Amino acid sequence: SVQAHKKDKPQEPLEMNGHTSVPHSYDYDLIIIGGGSGGLAAAKEAAKYEKKVMVLDFVMPTPLGNSWGLGGTCVNVGCIPKKLMHQAALLGQALQDSRKYGWQLTEEVKHNWMTMTESVQNYIGSLNWGYRVSLREKSVTYENAYGEFVGPHTVKATNKRGVEKLYTAERFLIATGERPRYLGIPGDNKYCISSDDLFSLPYCPGKTLVVGASYVALECAGFLAGLGLDVTVMVRSILLRGFDQDIANKIGEYMEEHGINFIREFVPIKVEQIEEGTPGRLKVTAKSTTGNQIIEGEYNTVLLAIGRDACTRKIGLDKVGVKINQKTGKIPVNDEEQTNVPYIYAVGDILQDKLELTPVAIQAGRLLVQRLYGGATTKCDYVNVPTTVFTPLEYGACGYSEETAVEKFGEKNIEVYHSHFWPLEWTVPSRDNNKCYAKIICNIQDNERVIGFHVLGPSAGEITQGFAAAMKCGLTKEQLDSTIGIHPVCAEV
Amino acid sequence: GKNEYDLLVIGGGSGGLACAKEAAQFGRKVAVLDYVEPSPQGTKWGLGGTCVNVGCIPKKLMHQAALLGSALKDAQHYGWNIAQPLHHTWSVMAQAVQNYVKSLNWGHRVQLQDKKVKYFNMKGSFCDPHTIRGLTKAGKETIITAENIVIATGGRPKYPTHIAGALEYGITSDDLFWLKESPGKTLTPFVFNVSLECAGFLTGIGLDTTVMMRSIPLRGFDQQIASLVTEHMESYGTKFLKRCFPTKVEKLESNRLQVTWKNTDLGTEETDSFDTVMWAVGRAPDTETLNLKTVGMKTNSETGKIIVDASEATSVPHIYAVGDITEGRPELTPTAIAAGKLLARRLFGQSSELMDYDNVPTTVFTPLEYGCVGLSEEAAVQCYGSNNIEVYHAYYKPLEFTVAERDASQCYMKMVCLREGEQRILGLHFIGPNAGEVIQGFALGIKCGATYPQLMKIIGIHPTCAEEITKLHITKRSGLDATVTGC
Repeated sequence: SVQAHKKDKPQEPLEMNGHTSVPHSYDYDLIIIGGGSGGLAAAKEAAKYEKKVMVLDFVMPTPLGNSWGLGGTCVNVGCIPKKLMHQAALLGQALQDSRKYGWQLTEEVKHNWMTMTESVQNYIGSLNWGYRVSLREKSVTYENAYGEFVGPHTVKATNKRGVEKLYTAERFLIATGERPRYLGIPGDNKYCISSDDLFSLPYCPGKTLVVGASYVALECAGFLAGLGLDVTVMVRSILLRGFDQDIANKIGEYMEEHGINFIREFVPIKVEQIEEGTPGRLKVTAKSTTGNQIIEGEYNTVLLAIGRDACTRKIGLDKVGVKINQKTGKIPVNDEEQTNVPYIYAVGDILQDKLELTPVAIQAGRLLVQRLYGGATTKCDYVNVPTTVFTPLEYGACGYSEETAVEKFGEKNIEVYHSHFWPLEWTVPSRDNNKCYAKIICNIQDNERVIGFHVLGPSAGEITQGFAAAMKCGLTKEQLDSTIGIHPVCAEV
Repeated sequence: GKNEYDLLVIGGGSGGLACAKEAAQFGRKVAVLDYVEPSPQGTKWGLGGTCVNVGCIPKKLMHQAALLGSALKDAQHYGWNIAQPLHHTWSVMAQAVQNYVKSLNWGHRVQLQDKKVKYFNMKGSFCDPHTIRGLTKAGKETIITAENIVIATGGRPKYPTHIAGALEYGITSDDLFWLKESPGKTLTPFVFNVSLECAGFLTGIGLDTTVMMRSIPLRGFDQQIASLVTEHMESYGTKFLKRCFPTKVEKLESNRLQVTWKNTDLGTEETDSFDTVMWAVGRAPDTETLNLKTVGMKTNSETGKIIVDASEATSVPHIYAVGDITEGRPELTPTAIAAGKLLARRLFGQSSELMDYDNVPTTVFTPLEYGCVGLSEEAAVQCYGSNNIEVYHAYYKPLEFTVAERDASQCYMKMVCLREGEQRILGLHFIGPNAGEVIQGFALGIKCGATYPQLMKIIGIHPTCAEEITKLHITKRSGLDATVTGC
């Protein structure tokens, strides 16, 4: 790290609040910028080795002024509230089913957005609190302040009230994650909301337009429709880019059959307010991507879910020489999560070419710290990481999609086994025969090793987890065939 | 003379049908005999065997009905406006379930037809090693000869005939799923998981249900898990009469049943009245009617089950057996199906693959489900010694329980591993929602020889319950608190 220091312009010792630059006698062993999944996991692990650790976490308010507590995206505006609202929607479906199973319900059952959101926010609040207690118990210093590099081994932390402090550390971990992208069209950050706002929206969103085809877009559209709202999804081109397209289309089909409108090959070009309110009324004008056609629509809420941008451009990385991909903002790291500056590491959603998943960030953060302070050598294994998309029809996947398998191995070297299935529980309410689907992709040249697993159906996440474990152990088609199924469950298919 | 059929299967259940259909694929002449002797209460059903008619299928559907009851309660917390209290109508559920089962009966008949398997609705019994006498309900007799015979007649619930009134007034699982009217206030004196599952869903749909047990629940299963499962059922509303056994059942004027039992703890005799008494004291094969003595087939004198070798062959050449009727095999549909299929492939398809009965995963569909694969903790200790095994465990809380304010005290998982060497996983146990879905993939992993270090390298899917398995790190040996927080 001394080497890198000498290459840069000599830095003036900064003298705010009495700090002078004293090499090798730092305030902290490790300063972590970002108190999300990756950052907190690393912090708690480092505390085990009795290192002096500081976590700086700060949430820049959304354009509509929304903010949240410690824990990062997953806890506050990601996985957790998403899954809970998805569950609320699934329960709506369960209500419908229950009549066929003999439960007596009034004809129409209505959903109350505020009751749900309040419960969800209360639970999130308890998690925020839990993290603060956990850090305190482990003697990790936490500051609710915006961290940015101002010089070698030095960060400036600015709190809500604008008070600035300087801290030095031997090592740094950047885990600042991402925030939703806006379209850059008239009216977008004035009238549109994002997933950052949705989960704490203090009023029912009403008739909603979801812009985007990411898993965030489809998951949100899915549960909003499940709660009884009128939902439209505006898609520029394909659904779930990067995922198996055969499955992505099945997911889209299912959602359409269940009342979600899709507007394909259009992008919004302007959003105007017709009427103020909670919710108000908005007019969206959109243009076709394939021609000159212009359409207009009226909605209560417009939810933008077109992608997320890494929070790396305003944290002073240039001051310490950390290279980022200028186009995407992501940070390239080596297989030990180290940036081009040896004493600065990074984990989580900001990493280039890595999966944007909470468990990946947690695992990477933990293992990194074990290597730094515990003498461990294990690196994070990014291969065959399983994931699940919690759309109304859930999708669990691990390994190659069919397209990428064909691309990598060639069509004649892979075998795809597939099956539709009808969950037993859906028979009595006569629901969706032949929509659930499972497929595995095998490498013929490698003993028919299973290189891709895909399942579309209820409890997809629960099903996929174990299969991911089996794939990690080198699962082959033969071993799959010789394993007995549990009956009657979906996973036995 | 030449035998009429290449293969005759006696018993059209999970094992029998799988075997017959597989054999037919090889272009063989196959016939299936299926006959349901009505239960003492007069219940009978169509083609498909226990699983389809009076087992797995109706059980899981009624379990689902009960789960939906819980879902309706949860739904309120998630914002759904549902009028309380909730009422359940047995006949709506029963009819829906029975209709679905009937559609499966029909489906099986069509499948047999499609695959050109001859089906006889007849009771079969042996005349000699290649000759079966088939008897219809009306008493008409048919003689059938076959080169190979597979016995897959399964089992039927036992009655504790030593208890006065047990046979006359009690029902079993054979009857429960076909009841047109609600069973009402029910007592299930029991030994096995069937009874816990039934008691569970009866409680879930709002019926007053009591389980009576003489000694331990879920014999043969991991006992720590068994007590967590029953603990949950108690908090769920099922009543338990522990260390009690029934002595007599009498009918009252009101048509209700008066049950008298002995409380072995207090040494007293107690009594109460119920609408239904459902026995679940085990299942036994009906080998009497088969007339196995004629062919000199070896059976287990205690259980009555047929003794087979690793290739499902009985002591009589050209006669085989699969499924619940075979001694020492798990009484599970998927094992019967797999065994039946592999047998057909060995007989007619030039295969030599034997059935692997090791590490068969299973799930008990109690209100809080229990899925497992491999050894129980007791079995592992017995096999390897407690010093040579490591047990990793955790109490967890499913995310969906948080907003629903549901008690997760019995949501638990444990992994039993070898302590030394590569730390191979010997057994995995999971109590929680969707237990079957969770365990299935891990069963595959264990078949691939998964070790503890391998499992720890797996990245979890978030947020699920299954991901907690990939995070197990607290050992029983350490004595530390095993409660884990998700995020």
